[in-house]
Amino acid sequence: MDPRISNITLEINGRQHRLAVDTRMTLLDALREKLGLTGSKKGCDHGQCGACTVHVDGERHLSCLTLAVAAEGTKVVTIEGLEDSSGLHPMQQAFIDHDAFQCGYCTPGQIMSAVACVHEGHVHDDAEIREYMSGNLCRCAAYPNIVAAIKQAAAKMGQG
Amino acid sequence: MRPFEYVRPSEAAEAIRARGVAGADTAYLAGGTTLLDLMKLDVIHPAQLVDITRIQGKAYRKVERTDAGLRIGALVSMAELAANEILLKDYPVLSQSLWLAASAQLRNMARVGGNVLQRTRCSYFRDTSYTECNKRTPGSGCAALDGFHRGHAVLGTSDQCIAMYPGDWAQALIALDALVEVLGANGPRSLRFADLHRLPGNTPNIENNLKPGELITGFVIPSGAWRRSLYRKIRDRESYAFANASAAVALDLNGDVLRDVRIGLGGVATIPWRARKAEEMLRGKPLTEANATAAADAEFADARPRQHNRFKVALGKATLVRALLEARDMKV
Repeated sequence: MDPRISNITLEINGRQHRLAVDTRMTLLDALREKLGLTGSKKGCDHGQCGACTVHVDGERHLSCLTLAVAAEGTKVVTIEGLEDSSGLHPMQQAFIDHDAFQCGYCTPGQIMSAVACVHEGHVHDDAEIREYMSGNLCRCAAYPNIVAAIKQAAAKMGQG
Repeated sequence: MRPFEYVRPSEAAEAIRARGVAGADTAYLAGGTTLLDLMKLDVIHPAQLVDITRIQGKAYRKVERTDAGLRIGALVSMAELAANEILLKDYPVLSQSLWLAASAQLRNMARVGGNVLQRTRCSYFRDTSYTECNKRTPGSGCAALDGFHRGHAVLGTSDQCIAMYPGDWAQALIALDALVEVLGANGPRSLRFADLHRLPGNTPNIENNLKPGELITGFVIPSGAWRRSLYRKIRDRESYAFANASAAVALDLNGDVLRDVRIGLGGVATIPWRARKAEEMLRGKPLTEANATAAADAEFADARPRQHNRFKVALGKATLVRALLEARDMKV
């Protein structure tokens, strides 16, 4: 077999997926093109905008700078995996409540990053939230509403 | 991106053998935050990637005090190291220079071994539609010299290359006289961090003194009382930007007098920059604004600014003076 094609197993949102990928394929492209999980967005594709943010083993990572082959053996959670049986994640609800978006393209990455930001404990005040969310750009500049949404969700998540 | 083979050894020795077998056209992959970026841009195109993130051994992943000093494994992430209790308490400059770099996502991915080898952000290096780049294509010229070079270096430049070293943590490492541990086909060796990077000179394409296939396995910070240390970084925006100028400073004060002082400068030089001239002028003297200013003047006396980056001389000096005075006034 061509050594540049790999048969891998990826754990995405708690489910195992077997797939054959070109070694060049990023985790982002595997999610979107192979698995139909189009919530994670391709913005810059160079690790600058944060639209592709997912959780890898509980940490926020950029799926555009992660090779799918290198993600084997890790637990990946995307925006599609955030909701549970009780409904939307408190962060998703907070983004709706505070109208924390305009066009919405950066929103899945913002939400994944925001959930991690709360888990990391970087939500003590507006300045800290802004600093630790600076890897997620919003060209519509919904930043004030995003900060407000994160504060609301942090309180619900027990870390406000 | 061009096709490549991917291997994921579980032993460091296996990784080094893999790179040796494939020759020069290979690269180690850890966080991938620089590597994959530059591969997508076709600036680099290795035929094989050797993923080192699964190599076994706690030493690659931990931070510990040893007889030689503080040892930091090369596979520790930037985020994990920035939050390390030992660094926060005893080496604030090492922690601050990490968390002021990049974004939260990048700091989770990037490992400190690769961090110090981060490539320049020079647009003419990154954009292959420019044929002139001595770093990318030796002998082709330098489009930055007469191009747009606001972000480029003023210290350590040559007429072949003025590309800036973009990292932050390296300024703290060089200030604290860190050692780098590497593993190669002939076993382990260590070198001074100050000997890791090379000035561009006539060979800007050769950026460091690692031998082909050598892998950085860790760093050692020699023991020292560096609680009075900090990193100041001046950027175009408040967060998530490369430095226009930065200073890593560590002071050993006896009353007002500097028993010892260590300075690394960023954002202004082609390599991590140890400000030895400034240190020499300050050692044994009281740390006053006048003395700090004279030392900064001396360090930048040989600066070679060009049309768009003249501001970096004044900014670099002011950043250094501010860092020194703020460190002096720290409550430790």
